[in-house]
Amino acid sequence: MPVQYTGILQEARIVRSAAGLFDVSHMGQVVVSGPGALSAVQRLLTNDASKLAPGRAQYSLMCRDDGGILDDLIVYRWDDGTAEPEFLIVVNASNREQDFGWMSSRGSGDDVTWRDASDDYALIALQGPNSQDLLAPFVSGTDLAGLRYFSHTKAEFRALTKRTAVHIARTGYTGEDGFELFCTPDDSPEIWVTLANAGARPCGLGARDVLRIEASYPLYGHEIDTTTNPYEAGLGWVVKPAKGDFVGRDAMLSARESGITRVLRGVVPVDERAVPRQDTVITFADGREGRVTSGTMSPTLNRAIGICYVPSHSPESALLEMRGKQLPASITSLPFYKR
Amino acid sequence: MDIPGNLKYSQTHEWVLDNGDGTVTIGITDYAQAELGDITYLELPDLGRELTYDDPFGTVESVKAASELIAPVTGVITELNQPVLDDPEVINGDPYGSWMLKVRLSNPSELENLLTASDYAEFTEA
Repeated sequence: MPVQYTGILQEARIVRSAAGLFDVSHMGQVVVSGPGALSAVQRLLTNDASKLAPGRAQYSLMCRDDGGILDDLIVYRWDDGTAEPEFLIVVNASNREQDFGWMSSRGSGDDVTWRDASDDYALIALQGPNSQDLLAPFVSGTDLAGLRYFSHTKAEFRALTKRTAVHIARTGYTGEDGFELFCTPDDSPEIWVTLANAGARPCGLGARDVLRIEASYPLYGHEIDTTTNPYEAGLGWVVKPAKGDFVGRDAMLSARESGITRVLRGVVPVDERAVPRQDTVITFADGREGRVTSGTMSPTLNRAIGICYVPSHSPESALLEMRGKQLPASITSLPFYKR
Repeated sequence: MDIPGNLKYSQTHEWVLDNGDGTVTIGITDYAQAELGDITYLELPDLGRELTYDDPFGTVESVKAASELIAPVTGVITELNQPVLDDPEVINGDPYGSWMLKVRLSNPSELENLLTASDYAEFTEA
């Protein structure tokens, strides 16, 4: 996926108002199967995969023993419910190899098989309020309108020259309604062209980053990494200690009990054109400091915005060290945008 | 990639128009605006300040990154394009029409350091 096709802000606006197309085939897919699959997934990830019925998915985290985050990912219950559970896990492209290495060693067992299936899948994301109307004419074998958010299903896609098997999930990284289509790499060019011809606008990495910052979704290496625990990142809602033990559980619970010392917040410079960047230093009147994790120009709000870590209970007024100056900014709650 | 023949170019993607009266007009090229993406902010020195050949003199920021402007000539700033300073995103759509500043040359022979349009075309193709 290039950084942009026509223009980052223009592409982002089109996703918010119509429909955009993202080639996210670089992401990794790990398949875990066997009688021990569920228990392996439960041991490695923070969310409760036992709650997943066939056709459902959940956002989850994989952490180290010290509670630091190794990756954020989506777990799909991939089997049809007639035999033992099988899961497909979509991981960040940049973490694919380390994740698979960790999963297959820390999650190993006689009754569980881990497979890096990334090369078997291409992934195309169609995102925006017009997604369903645009996609529906090409899809058969399923009730697309009835597919709930975070549900997924097998289906057939009528591409230009052939019908192809696809797996459609109502998931995405933009904050809009939309779908992610799993298909074979061979089928993906036709599916892409079919959807682009139907009016979906190709969008690149730049727009993807703008949209996810507006929706305030974390990006690994920015808001989350091995130095952050889920509670600091505002992701306590995907941590389910009641389900039983998992890697990092004790460490993150004890961090929560001692008190979370920094939190993820929004930062909005007073100068609408002052785009904060990752690692921009934030200072407060009392001398405490924070730092920016991501920043962009928001086409929805028409001003520069950023996400940042600040000490718990920071005041609203802050200064950003930018352009060799201290620029005033406000610390705000997240998200910036909700559909 | 648009590269007008009547301009000279620096290797850091500024264009220079010789106004024929000892001053030049300076902007950034089509190549530069495409690399930068959506421009969000432009910072230039004040009128009367001096540019020194090959030194940074300002910043252009885009959604993606902040980039330094490098002086293609030495001289004193005689004019700033305030509408472009106020709305720098116009540079993306019209890089050669959106001049940034005018400079009175201290050393007109420095123009020989710059590339012709065809040299710049080769340079950007590499």
